[in-house]
Amino acid sequence: MNDANNKWIGKRTIRPDGADKVTGQATFGADTTMPGMIWGKVLRSPHAHANIRSIDTSKAESLPGVKAVITSVDVTNYPLDKPVILGIQDMRWMTRNVMAREKALFHGHPVAAVAATSQKIADQACKLIEVDYEVLPWVVEIDDAIKSDAPILHEFIEFEGKPSNIAGTLEHKKGDVQTGFEEADVIVERSFTTRPVHQGYIEPHACLVSVSADGRTTIWSSSQGQFMVRAMTSMLTDIPQSSIRAIPAEIGGGFGGKTIVYLEPLATILSKKSGRPVKMVMSREEVMRASGPTSGSKSTVKMGIKKDGSIVAAQGTYYLQAGGLPGSPIRGAVGCAFAPYDIPNVHALGYDVVSNRSKVAAYRAPGAPIGAFAVECVIDEVSEAIGMDPLEVRLKNAAKEGTKAAHGPVYPRIGYYETVEAALSHPHREIPLGKLQGRGVASGFWFNAGGESSSQVNITEDGNVVVTTGHPDIGGSRASIANITAELLGIDYKRVSVLIGDTATIGYSNLTGGSRVLFASGMAVTDSTEKVIVSLKERAAKIWDIDPEAVDWEDGYARPAGANAGMFDPLSLEELAERATETGGPIGAGSQLNTAGAEGGFATHMCDVEVDVELGIVRIIRYTSFQDVGLAVHPSYVEGQMQGGAAQGIGWALNEEYIYDSEGKVDNPGFLDYRMPVCSDLPMLDTVMIEVPNPKHPQGVRGVGEVPLVPPLAAIRNAIYDALGIRFYGLPMSPPVVLEALEQREAAE
Amino acid sequence: MSDIQYLAPTTLDEAVSAYSGAKGSAHILAGGTDLLVQMRSGMVNPGLIVDIKKIEEITSVKETEDGVFVVGASVSGMELANNSNFGKTWPGVLEALNLIGSTQIQGRASLGGNLCNGSPAGDSVPALIAAEALLTVQGPNGRREIPVKEVPVSPGKTSLADNEIAVSFSFPSRPAGSADAYLRMIPRTEMDIAVVGCGVSLTIEENTCTRACVGLGAVAPKVLEVEGAAEALIGSQLDEDTIENAAEACRACCNPIDDKRGTIYYRTKVSGVLLKRAVAIAAKRAKGV
Ligand SMILES: Cc1cc2nc3c(=O)[nH]c(=O)nc-3n(C[C@H](O)[C@H](O)[C@H](O)COP(=O)(O)OP(=O)(O)OC[C@H]3O[C@@H](n4cnc5c(N)ncnc54)[C@H](O)[C@@H]3O)c2cc1C
Repeated sequence: MNDANNKWIGKRTIRPDGADKVTGQATFGADTTMPGMIWGKVLRSPHAHANIRSIDTSKAESLPGVKAVITSVDVTNYPLDKPVILGIQDMRWMTRNVMAREKALFHGHPVAAVAATSQKIADQACKLIEVDYEVLPWVVEIDDAIKSDAPILHEFIEFEGKPSNIAGTLEHKKGDVQTGFEEADVIVERSFTTRPVHQGYIEPHACLVSVSADGRTTIWSSSQGQFMVRAMTSMLTDIPQSSIRAIPAEIGGGFGGKTIVYLEPLATILSKKSGRPVKMVMSREEVMRASGPTSGSKSTVKMGIKKDGSIVAAQGTYYLQAGGLPGSPIRGAVGCAFAPYDIPNVHALGYDVVSNRSKVAAYRAPGAPIGAFAVECVIDEVSEAIGMDPLEVRLKNAAKEGTKAAHGPVYPRIGYYETVEAALSHPHREIPLGKLQGRGVASGFWFNAGGESSSQVNITEDGNVVVTTGHPDIGGSRASIANITAELLGIDYKRVSVLIGDTATIGYSNLTGGSRVLFASGMAVTDSTEKVIVSLKERAAKIWDIDPEAVDWEDGYARPAGANAGMFDPLSLEELAERATETGGPIGAGSQLNTAGAEGGFATHMCDVEVDVELGIVRIIRYTSFQDVGLAVHPSYVEGQMQGGAAQGIGWALNEEYIYDSEGKVDNPGFLDYRMPVCSDLPMLDTVMIEVPNPKHPQGVRGVGEVPLVPPLAAIRNAIYDALGIRFYGLPMSPPVVLEALEQREAAE
Repeated sequence: MSDIQYLAPTTLDEAVSAYSGAKGSAHILAGGTDLLVQMRSGMVNPGLIVDIKKIEEITSVKETEDGVFVVGASVSGMELANNSNFGKTWPGVLEALNLIGSTQIQGRASLGGNLCNGSPAGDSVPALIAAEALLTVQGPNGRREIPVKEVPVSPGKTSLADNEIAVSFSFPSRPAGSADAYLRMIPRTEMDIAVVGCGVSLTIEENTCTRACVGLGAVAPKVLEVEGAAEALIGSQLDEDTIENAAEACRACCNPIDDKRGTIYYRTKVSGVLLKRAVAIAAKRAKGV
C-alpha cells in the first residue's frame, strides 16, 4: 500500500472529530449528566505518610444530603503477598492507590469518598469524616529513600534481605563491559538527575457512573482505554465485566496518565451504595497532587569510545521514583537508553524506588526520556573528547537491521541511521549561530507495541461505511483509520465514518498506549475491510452469476476481472448495498486480532538555544525533529505527535518540576507554578518525517507517538553547553539554576 | 456560595453606601480576574458583590488640557490600550497593564484591581509607583488622594479602609523628554507571575536625568519605591557607573522570600538586571530615539 498513487493514505484529510472540538460540542469526561445525579468527592490524606488507625464516617453519613460514604473496606482487597497482574499494573497496588488501605502513602492519597446531593454538601461531609492517623516520618527524594535509615514505606518489600524502599530491579546485559572498557581510548562517566514531571493533560479526570438496581453498571469517563476502565473497575468492585458498560468520552489529553483508573471504581461503589448516578470530577489541584506524574530519577552512565569513534562499552545505572507504590518505568529507562546503538558490551541496571509521593503513571515513552537523557549527554562528551562530531559518532554506531539490542531483540529493518543522516544533511545544521547561542543533538528510541484490537466495518444501506474500533482517539487515529478504509475500498474519505465503540459494542481492545493504536487497529480494520471486499465481490458474482474469483474490486466498484469473466457493467458500493438483502443480507465484517510486529521507533532531534546570561533564561530558537515514522498514514497527525513530544520535552528540560514543601506536600499544584511551556515559549517545531515502512504492517505503520519525547532533554542540554560551555547534569535547567552555574563559573575564573 | 448578593450601582455614592453598609463582608468587583478566581478556590466568600463597572467615573479615561491623565480604576487593559494618547505619554504603565494575563484577561483586568488585590507581584503596581501616580479613593467620609506607593501594605493588604473604593488614578503632566518602562522576569514568555518586576520613569533634559522614580515588585512583602535608585539616577547622564549604583540600590532594598517562584539570591540579582534594562528602554523612549 506504500504507493505514490494512494488517494487517501498519506493525505491530510480533515479529522472526523474536528468540527465538534472547535465548536465546543465534543463531549468530554465531565460533560455527561443524568437525572437524579449526585456528586462524589474524595477526602485526601493531609499527611505524606501515616498509618490509618481508624476512620469514623458516622457524622458525615448523618449530614442531610449525604447519600453514601465509602472507605477502603468497600473496595476489593488484594492481599500484599500475591501479585494480581492486569496489563502492566498490579491490582495490589491499584486497590491501594484508589483508596488508602493500611496507610496513607502521600499527601493527597484518597482515604474516603462521599456522594451527596450537591458538591457543597459533599465537601462538608468530607470535613466531617474523622480519620485517626499515626503520622510517620516520610521521604520523597531518591537519595533519602535509599539511605540505610530511611523511613520504610512497605515492610513487606525487601531488598538484599532487608526491608527496603527498593521495590524491584531490572537488568540488561550484552557482552562484557569490563573487557569493553579496557579497549576504550576514552572513558567518560557522569551522574544525572531528573525531576518528576506531570503529563499536563488539560482535561482533569472525570466520570459519571450509574449502577442500576440489578447491578448493571454504566460508566462514562475520559480514559485511554474503556476496556481498561471496565477491567479495573470490575476487579475493584467485584461486579462482573459483563455487567459493566464503559463508554469512552472524548479525551482532553492523556499522554499515558489516563491508562489507569482513579475515580471510576469509587464512583461505582458510591453509586451502588446510594442507588443514584454519581459524578466525580477532579480539580486541577487533585490532578497535580494525586494522579501519576512520571518518575524523578538519578542515574550514572559510563561509556567507552575508541579514537575512531566506535563505542565499545556502555554501562548505565538508573534509580526511578515509583511514588507510594511500586511500579516505576525502569523498563523504559533501562531498555531504551542504549537501544539506538550497536554497542558490543552493554550493562544497564534499573532500581524501582518507592517514596511518599503520588504513584507514577505512564508518561509518553515511560522511562525512556530518563534513560536517553544520561546516555545522550555522555555521547556528547565522548564525542568531544575524541574530537568527532556527535552526529558522526551516532552515525558510526547506529543500530541497523540485524543489530542485537541489549534489551533483547535483533532489529529488523529500522530507520535510525536515516534519522542521523537526515540531520547531518539538513539546512538547520548550516544556519550560523550568534553570540550566546548553541546547537545540540540527541537521539532516542521507543519500543512501540502491538497487542489486542477489534474492529467492525459495516456497509450502510445507502452504501456508505461505518467503522468501529475500540481505542480512545488521542492523536487523530480516527482520521487515519478513515484514510485506510477509504483507500482499501476505493471510495471517498467522506463516506467513511469512524467511531469508537464502548465495551458493549465492540470487542476487546487494549488501551491507547505504547504508540500502538494505529499499528494495531490499522491491522484489524484492514482485515475487516478486506473481508468486506471479499463479500462485495461474492455479491457481484452472485448478481452476474459468475465465479467470485472472476470479480475485481477497484475504485469502489466490482468489475469483471477480464474479458473472460463476461461483459458486465461495474457495480458500485451503493448498488451492492442496495441489493444486499437479495444477495445474502447485511454487509459487514469484524476482526479481532492480537497484533505483533510493532517495531521500535527512532528519532534524532536538533535544537538551537539562546541564553540570556543575566537572567539565566534559556530560549529555544530553532528545533527540528527527524523521525522514522514508518509510513505516515496521516502526515499532519504524525507531525503533531512529533511537535507535541518536542514541546513536552522542552518543558521537562527547562522549567517543569514538582516542588515539595517542608511537610512533603506539593507546593505548586497548578499550571501557574508548574510551568509547562506556553505557545509563545516555542519556536515553530520543525519536523522531518523519514518513512521507512514497517515490513510487518499492511500499511507500513510504526508507532510514532512516544519517541518524540525521548531526545529533547539531552538535545537541549547539549545545546546549552554549545552556547555557554557549561554542562548541566540535572533538570530542569531553570533560570535560577542556569544563573547560579554562570555565577559559579565567573567566581572560579 | 448560594447567598451572595450582587449589586451594580450606576453612581459612586450608591456604591460607597452599599459597600460600607455591608461592614466588611462585601467585595468590590472590577474585572473579576482576581476576585472570581479567589471565590472559586474558596479563598474569599463575599456576602455582597458591588460591581463598579457601571459607574462612569470609574470606567473612563480623561486627559486634561495641561496633560494630566485621569484613568478610572476599572478601565480594562484593552480599553486603555485603545486610548490614542495615554500610551504615548505612559508607555511603561500601559505595557505593565497589558502584560497581565492573556487577550481574554485583558478585556477585564484593571489597574484598580491589580493594585487593590494587594499582590507584591502585581505587574502594574511598580509602573504606577514609578509614574508617581495618585490614587483617588472615596469612602463614607468623602474623597482623598494618596500616592500609589502608599497603597500596598503586605500580601493581600492595602492601606484602603474596608469601606473605601478606588476611583481613579491621576498621572501628572511631565515635560518633554519624559518616558517610562516596565519589565518583568518570568521563566516563561507569558501567563506567568512576576519573579521580579521593575518600573522606571525618567525625565531627561539636555542629556541629564532631571527626574526619576523606580518601583520594584515581587522582591518584598509589598511593591517598593526604590528611592536610592532614583537618587543615583537624578543629575547623572545615565552612564554605566550611575546605572550600576542604581542597580545596587535595587538589590539592597530586596527583601524577598525563597519560594517556588524564585530564590532570594535569584530575585535580588535579577532586580538589578531589570533596573538596568528598564532604564535603558525608558531613556531611549525619553530621547525619542
Ligand atoms: C489567567 C490570569 C492571568 C493573570 N496574569 C496576571 C499577570 O500577568 N500579572 C498580574 O499582575 N496579574 C495577573 N493576573 C491577576 C489579575 O488579572 C490582575 O491582578 C488584574 O489586574 C485584576 O484586575 P480586576 O479588574 O480583574 O480585579 P478584580 O478581580 O475585580 O479585583 C481584585 C481585587 O481588588 C478589589 N478591587 C477591585 N477594584 C477595586 C476598587 N476600585 N476599589 C477597591 N477595591 C477594588 C476587589 O475587591 C478584589 O479584591 C492574572 C489573572 C488571571 C486569571
